[in-house]
Amino acid sequence: MRRGVDLHPIIEQTARDLYIRALKTIPDDVRRALARGLDAEVRAGEETARQVMFTIVENIQVAETEDTLVCQDTGLPVYKLRIGSRIAQSLDLSQVVASVRRGAERATAEYPLRSNTVHPLTRRNTGTNSGEGMPVVKLEFVPGGETIEINMAPKGSGSENMSFLRMLNPSEGLAGIKRFVLECVLESGARPCPPVIVGVGLGGTSDVAMTLAKEAGSFRRIGSVNADPAVAELERWLLQRINELGIGPQGLGGVTTALAVHIEWAHTHISHNPVAVNMQCWRGERATAVIDAAGSVRYAS
Amino acid sequence: MHHDLAAPLAQDAVARLRVRDTVSLTGRIFGIRDATQIRIFDEGVPPPVDLTGAVCLHTAPGVRRRPDGSYEKLSIGTTTSTRMDRFVPGLLDRYGVRAVVGKGGLLAPGVAAMREHGGVYLAITGGAAALETLQIEEIEQVWWEDLMPECLWQFRVRAFGPLIVAVDAHGGNLYADVTVRARERLSGMGF
Repeated sequence: MRRGVDLHPIIEQTARDLYIRALKTIPDDVRRALARGLDAEVRAGEETARQVMFTIVENIQVAETEDTLVCQDTGLPVYKLRIGSRIAQSLDLSQVVASVRRGAERATAEYPLRSNTVHPLTRRNTGTNSGEGMPVVKLEFVPGGETIEINMAPKGSGSENMSFLRMLNPSEGLAGIKRFVLECVLESGARPCPPVIVGVGLGGTSDVAMTLAKEAGSFRRIGSVNADPAVAELERWLLQRINELGIGPQGLGGVTTALAVHIEWAHTHISHNPVAVNMQCWRGERATAVIDAAGSVRYAS
Repeated sequence: MHHDLAAPLAQDAVARLRVRDTVSLTGRIFGIRDATQIRIFDEGVPPPVDLTGAVCLHTAPGVRRRPDGSYEKLSIGTTTSTRMDRFVPGLLDRYGVRAVVGKGGLLAPGVAAMREHGGVYLAITGGAAALETLQIEEIEQVWWEDLMPECLWQFRVRAFGPLIVAVDAHGGNLYADVTVRARERLSGMGF
């Protein structure tokens, strides 16, 4: 470990602040997509959908002026850290996950946030939004990088309950993938709080597909497209077809069922064709901060 | 058509509501969730308050306890109702509840109970807790604090809404209409 500013308390403080920030401030790209959704419902003459979209937009403003949470579901805290290899030399990597965990616990105690973390069998609540395997902390390393990027998503239960995995046959091909994603959106209906961001994971092993779907739905900006042109084309195709289903905001009908479809992929086995779907609700909650070697913190919108 | 209604609800006021109408509520409503209803129906403990004509909101609020034991609202929002559909017939039949406020809709038993007992399901915009918290003026009472945050809550509300009538007392079900149409459209896409 190199000597210099101790970055661990800064990681803890940033993890704490990002949790609260993600619950209060909707990212700019999501706001713009919601505003487009409201316009689309007005143009389509969908009165119920217009009402719902108006309430959503109004609610985001109320959360800002009242300095309160957008939604009461404080979710399960999910963090993804992208650590530059140069700054990694000044960290004790075994302590980084612990620092993030303390940050989530402090946000919960100090705000205070509703704790959602329960034992899967006893259903006993830890009261801290932490516990066995919680918060989720993913670490990635960026060769040559000199900063720590912390991404945070408080994953709400309504959308997370709408998670799907199917190990399709290779012979079912692209048509099978398309059909499965559309069926997942239909099956989810009103429950994940549409308009949703549909995260899709293609390929890999089963767990990789699910992880990719979560990353795609929770951490990508709306407006971003997959670097692979064929995958980007599938994102566009699915978004259009999903919105043609007419499920609409809150499942009450309308032309805005999804704000975006984000697909991430990995190579897979010759006999696999895994497709995972993970929904994100309309609030598209996430927050990002970048810490540099001097310990200064910059929040991205 | 919009209706400004007093809660608890009168039977004739509920009977006038039709799918797609909007409703704003002023008065007293109750907050319930999974654990609250497991206690009432699975453990057989009757609710400690009269629920005749009541409006029940599917929620587990974020609160802060004051020194005098009362609760300050921090964030009150609505959870997915389908998870608690199996309790809806009992709420209406045994305890006289007339409206459930939630998100995500009801399953077939809940919809049938609304028709049979003259109840309505009012859809709130899920995730819009900031607005909802403003419209709930005060947490008036709480029972079964051992279930925190899934206690039985009594809230005083003013102009709570607009809520959308999604299941009415006459068999109307907006979610079912939307789903049937979506399934037809999916079939039409040629898969």
